[in-house]
Amino acid sequence: MIPEFGQLALIVAFCLALLQGVLPLWGAARGDARLMAVARPAAHGQFVFTALAIGCLGYAFLAHDFSVIYVASNSNSALPWEYRMSAVWGSHEGSLLLWAFLLSLWTVAVTVFSRSLPQLLLSRALGVLGLVSAGFLSFLLFTSNPFLRLLPPAPDGRDLNPLLQDPGMIFHPPLLYMGYVGFSVAFAFALAALLGGRLDAAWARWSRPWTLAAWVFLTLGIALGSFWAYYELGWGGWWFWDPVENASFMPWLTGTALVHSLAVTEKRGGFKNWTLLLAITTFSLSLLGTFLVRSGVLTSVHAFATDPRRGLFILVLLALVVGGSLLVYSVRAPRMEAGGRFGLLSRESMLLANNVALAVVAGSVLLGTLYPLAMDVLGLGKLSVGAPYFDTVFLPLMAPVVFLMAVAPFVRWKGDGAGRVARQLVWAAILGAVAAAAILALVANAGWRSALGAFLAVWIVAAAIRHLAQRVRAGAPGAGLATRLRRLPLAYWGMWLAHLGVAVFIIGVTGTRSLESQSDVRLAPGETATLGEHAFRLAELRQVQGPNYSATRARVEVSREGKPVAVLEPEKRMYHVQRMPMTEADIDYGFMRHVYVALGEPVDDRSWILRLYVKPLVGWIWGGCLLMALGGLAGAADRRYRLRPAAAPRAASTGSAAPPASPAGAAARV
Amino acid sequence: MKLRAATLAFCFALLAAGPYAHAQPATPTELPGDDPRFEQRFRELTEELRCVVCQNQSLADSNAPLASDLRREVREQMNRGLDDKQVVEYLVARYGEFVRYRPALNPLTAALWGGPFLLLVLGAAVLLVRLRRRAQQPEAALSAEEHALAQQLLAAGPADKAAGETREGGK
Repeated sequence: MIPEFGQLALIVAFCLALLQGVLPLWGAARGDARLMAVARPAAHGQFVFTALAIGCLGYAFLAHDFSVIYVASNSNSALPWEYRMSAVWGSHEGSLLLWAFLLSLWTVAVTVFSRSLPQLLLSRALGVLGLVSAGFLSFLLFTSNPFLRLLPPAPDGRDLNPLLQDPGMIFHPPLLYMGYVGFSVAFAFALAALLGGRLDAAWARWSRPWTLAAWVFLTLGIALGSFWAYYELGWGGWWFWDPVENASFMPWLTGTALVHSLAVTEKRGGFKNWTLLLAITTFSLSLLGTFLVRSGVLTSVHAFATDPRRGLFILVLLALVVGGSLLVYSVRAPRMEAGGRFGLLSRESMLLANNVALAVVAGSVLLGTLYPLAMDVLGLGKLSVGAPYFDTVFLPLMAPVVFLMAVAPFVRWKGDGAGRVARQLVWAAILGAVAAAAILALVANAGWRSALGAFLAVWIVAAAIRHLAQRVRAGAPGAGLATRLRRLPLAYWGMWLAHLGVAVFIIGVTGTRSLESQSDVRLAPGETATLGEHAFRLAELRQVQGPNYSATRARVEVSREGKPVAVLEPEKRMYHVQRMPMTEADIDYGFMRHVYVALGEPVDDRSWILRLYVKPLVGWIWGGCLLMALGGLAGAADRRYRLRPAAAPRAASTGSAAPPASPAGAAARV
Repeated sequence: MKLRAATLAFCFALLAAGPYAHAQPATPTELPGDDPRFEQRFRELTEELRCVVCQNQSLADSNAPLASDLRREVREQMNRGLDDKQVVEYLVARYGEFVRYRPALNPLTAALWGGPFLLLVLGAAVLLVRLRRRAQQPEAALSAEEHALAQQLLAAGPADKAAGETREGGK
């Protein structure tokens, strides 16, 4: 009964999505306020019903309802409850339901936090969100229904894929999807602006915190996924340039460009076309990511979606969204461009370079990701495009972006002198060069990549510190240091932290790459292996029983120069239902290094192959991502985005006949 | 990532015919040698090669039995004195281009290798054209409406101005 209830809720949500998609847009075109007023209640109703649907699916998992095909395929009576909950998004149908649910969540957030928005703009934005939602809900209902019954019911379920039985599964997909779906808000605002033919600084100011929030979620989602792969897959890597990873990285790249482009649109009224195009591109890439991962085109042997109807449906949806929005763009955008003149060296030119370069990087990643698919489709043979290709292409393209990142904050809006900017950065350049030379001289197998990494990291940090010092010195005279620091706007801290995060990330990557030591050794209980300064003693091997697996657990005592460092207990698990062996690495997390041990395979009755790593600075990779996310959060929380309620009555008082030209828009051009 | 993990698991499942089927390998277990420089070279080489039965895993990373066999093969060929390129050619001859993670440059992959460069040139061209146009463009004039608003803002008190102020520096 409950699954049917969920199904019904989905149908109601679909109808509401259609209402929300059609009536407000129609109303906005005709100037009919009653039709536009449908948007808000429809969005709220849709949220209630998608929440009900996902709740029903969750209940079916918790209650072990194996008469539901999706539950029977992805759960088991021995599966712990937290993984039964996360099994909701463990496969195709449930992930899409999560997508639709999160979309309605974002939509409700828009209705709640955008009360001061002009009704026309809000109605159009909500209408676009409704159309997207209708597309996804129809996809669910017509090709990927998670509530289909299995008669007679299965006695027990086939269990969740053991690799997904991990805390990472609870948080990674929702975070990533919050990011993907969150860009739909920026997309909806962009289309609403295009349809209305009006795009000013106030629009950018509304879009910016939403875009930043989505970007923060995506950043966290990608970072968590990377960390999960690092500890779960057992060979110590953190990024593989797998198509699935690229699928999430491409919207991140264009989303990053969008965040920067919006800054110019808000402050200078420029880059309007860029901003709109980037908003459309970023959401399209989010959809493409869903398509790549969910349609099975990646020759997924796991067959998330072997049904070609699904692939076709997503393809049509993608074509409608991309084609439709680009059509609107091409008709409307040429009227939009405005913004003042700026010099060859100016904050604007720096941000434009950032935009173009990030777009080029995203394009290259897209090319490398789709190329093997295209070759395969065209019957030109099977080809692998892997990490060596992406490393070769990505580094030279990304290094200039990172280099300019440190320069841009020093450059003034409208125009600046090269000499003035260069003088402020001399010391950062010298320090960076010293760091590069030092790593080449001191580290045995450091190559040009390590040197480049060292230079860029130090260059960014030195420039960031100098910039902060300047801002503090320019602060209110007479105020103390603490006061001056506190008075810096949150948006500034956001930029500062996010840029610093990039440096920390680079330190992590460079440190691991050039200082890591690794060894595969054969050990029997009681034996010791050494790796650099660390000694690894295999103390014992024993059998343990988990809730739905049995495992061999090793006890490895790690010591350094005779002093104990850590006791690690890596496991090799065998999951009962899917008969699948799993490697559970164990890691001693240190600030300066991780010690990582994974069990390979047994050699004979007594001894096993163990994979040992000492990974200096590897944790900084995710530390850097956290800093970036924190920066995004600070940016989104800046005071000026919260000033809206106070500013609204004034804007309204300028008269409703002429839509209020934003004060900020005018001020920015004065 | 999730999918990658899942497919990987499938790869295991395919190959492990029964529980711990790979626990008793038919061939002797590969053991690392003593020469660190050889091991380094071996590791770098196997990272560029694909485990052809896995969804997306390098020879260096894969635990699949076939990957283990291939690693042994690579070791053997290296011991026979083949250089990296020859070892890769040897594997490509047996397993096809699919085994290379760094696709060879040939007419079929010209667009793959040239694409990013083309994009870069295109991007740089767009950037230059836009920058030049912007640098030569006359100052945008304010519309009468904007002008009035600006006047109004300038005349207003500082508290009022704060709302419309655009702060510099926040990126």
